[in-house]
Amino acid sequence: MTDNKILRELIYQLADDNFIHSYRGSEWLGLVPHIEEDVAYSSITQDTMGHAYMFYKLLEEMGEGNSDELAHARKPKDFRNAILLEEKNGTGTYLDNPDYDWAFTVVRNLFYNVYKETQLESLKQSSYEPLSITARKIETEQYYHLMHWKTWFMQLMQSTEEARTRMENAIRRVWKDFGGVISQGRYADEFSARKYIEPEEVLGQRCLDKLGELCKSVDFNLEGKPGMEKGNGRNGEHTEDLKQALETLSEVYFSDAEASSW
Amino acid sequence: MVTAYEFRHLSEEEKYERFMERIERGEKIEAHDWMPDDYRTNLIKLIAMHGISEIMGAFPEKEWVPKAPTLHRKLAIMAKVQDEVGHGQLLLRVAEDLMKPLGKDREDIMQDLFEKRLKFHNVFHMPAPTWADAAIIAWLVDGAAILTQTMLLKTSYGPYGRALKRICQEESFHAKHGESLVLALASGSDYQRKMLQEALNRWWEPLLMFFGPRSAKEVGHSKVDVNIKYKIRSKTNEELRQEFLTKYVPQIKRLGLTIPDETLRFDEDKQQWIYKDPDWEKFKQIINGNGPKTDSRLKLRRDSYEKTAWVREALAKYNKNRMLVG
Ligand SMILES: [Fe+2]
Ligand SMILES: [Fe+2]
Repeated sequence: MTDNKILRELIYQLADDNFIHSYRGSEWLGLVPHIEEDVAYSSITQDTMGHAYMFYKLLEEMGEGNSDELAHARKPKDFRNAILLEEKNGTGTYLDNPDYDWAFTVVRNLFYNVYKETQLESLKQSSYEPLSITARKIETEQYYHLMHWKTWFMQLMQSTEEARTRMENAIRRVWKDFGGVISQGRYADEFSARKYIEPEEVLGQRCLDKLGELCKSVDFNLEGKPGMEKGNGRNGEHTEDLKQALETLSEVYFSDAEASSW
Repeated sequence: MVTAYEFRHLSEEEKYERFMERIERGEKIEAHDWMPDDYRTNLIKLIAMHGISEIMGAFPEKEWVPKAPTLHRKLAIMAKVQDEVGHGQLLLRVAEDLMKPLGKDREDIMQDLFEKRLKFHNVFHMPAPTWADAAIIAWLVDGAAILTQTMLLKTSYGPYGRALKRICQEESFHAKHGESLVLALASGSDYQRKMLQEALNRWWEPLLMFFGPRSAKEVGHSKVDVNIKYKIRSKTNEELRQEFLTKYVPQIKRLGLTIPDETLRFDEDKQQWIYKDPDWEKFKQIINGNGPKTDSRLKLRRDSYEKTAWVREALAKYNKNRMLVG
């Protein structure tokens, strides 16, 4: 594998994580617990799509092709996002009988954003300069996103019994596949050897320490190691949920072969 | 000038007279000022309807948020829909302040919406089956909304006027976003142009309806007169509809689109647009909650609201605990 190919593998992970995570957020539009949250969450979702855009642009600049094509026209097996992020918000679709789980959403957002913060801190030192520049650009927004989800997490963990139960169930569910977020996939060693990003074990541990502390502050013990039950998205393994997400995301994009622009 | 003490001892009629003098002088009324009951109730009706229309207005467009065809379009429509929800929030807070003395709050607004007691704009009861509908909405529905909102900027109720000022600034971006979407489709492939024309056909009548009937006789009642007396608004429905036609008919034609009304023309003598009247009976049905998408969109809102009740309960408990500790 050439250096270039290795580097692209890493940037696809970053781009696809943000793209799919933003998509799941956008499905919540109009369905969140209150109107103030609708404004806040949709702002976060929009920022996250902006981050995906920046990473796809890096790939475009490396000659991978047009960023819109990269986002809309690749096959599911070419996606490198973590499986946890592609998981549906609940049953139904955002248009038809959505039965979405706010506890799962809060926990998934918090856990992913703690990892993303750790990841961005490391990328700021990346040997690939465009990556370190992008990480710096994202940092400020990322700070607010993380704060938002921390607030939700703390509040729901310390409120009613029902909320506590739902949140603990959500943590257990997220934990089953959080290993796939931390994973850097089959080229992990090459990434760190070229100093694109720090080693998987180092970043993973740093992230888990932060999460452990957060949970401990609300009397919850994260036990054992996070799993990867549904497979490793970094290696192109995915579920039906991703396939459906991509069909929605590119429905209009593919609706007219003649269209040269939208 | 009368002091606050003196004012309190005036009779109701005298208070009303003072109030009307302020209105005539063009003064702004604030939330804690004395106001006649029908001023308050009309404002609540108008602002809650405006606010909830912004909220329900996000629904047809939100269908297209994930589906927007490029990354740029995704970002733009996300920003736009977020703005609309923000407008809703801003306006509902203004309405809530007015409702407080009546012992009502946000929960009442939501329940009124679900029970169809609180109406929202006719356009947001309509289906948006294609991407071109998202384009027409952003261009023409927002375009129509800009005209009414600009007219309302001078409203006698201060807090409403200030909220509208911010809203109008953002609306100008929405119109640009809509224009850009429409332009891309109008100059695109046959498929894209056809999709756009069909969307315009669908939206033309709802757009004319948007401004409301010419007078009370079309629907049996109207608040326009009271609102003009109190300077809550300054133009009639028909004046606004005429402005809309003057602004957009030439632009629509320039894009090569056909307006689905063969009788539409500008009468030079009367200096006004002659157009085929929308079906006001249908309009009445729609705003009373019997539009093609009313029930499915309300169901989405209501179901999700009920399913997240545990979250609002949890927040209430958390805040109460914190107040006890702090
Ligand atoms: Fe708006
Ligand atoms: Fe708007």
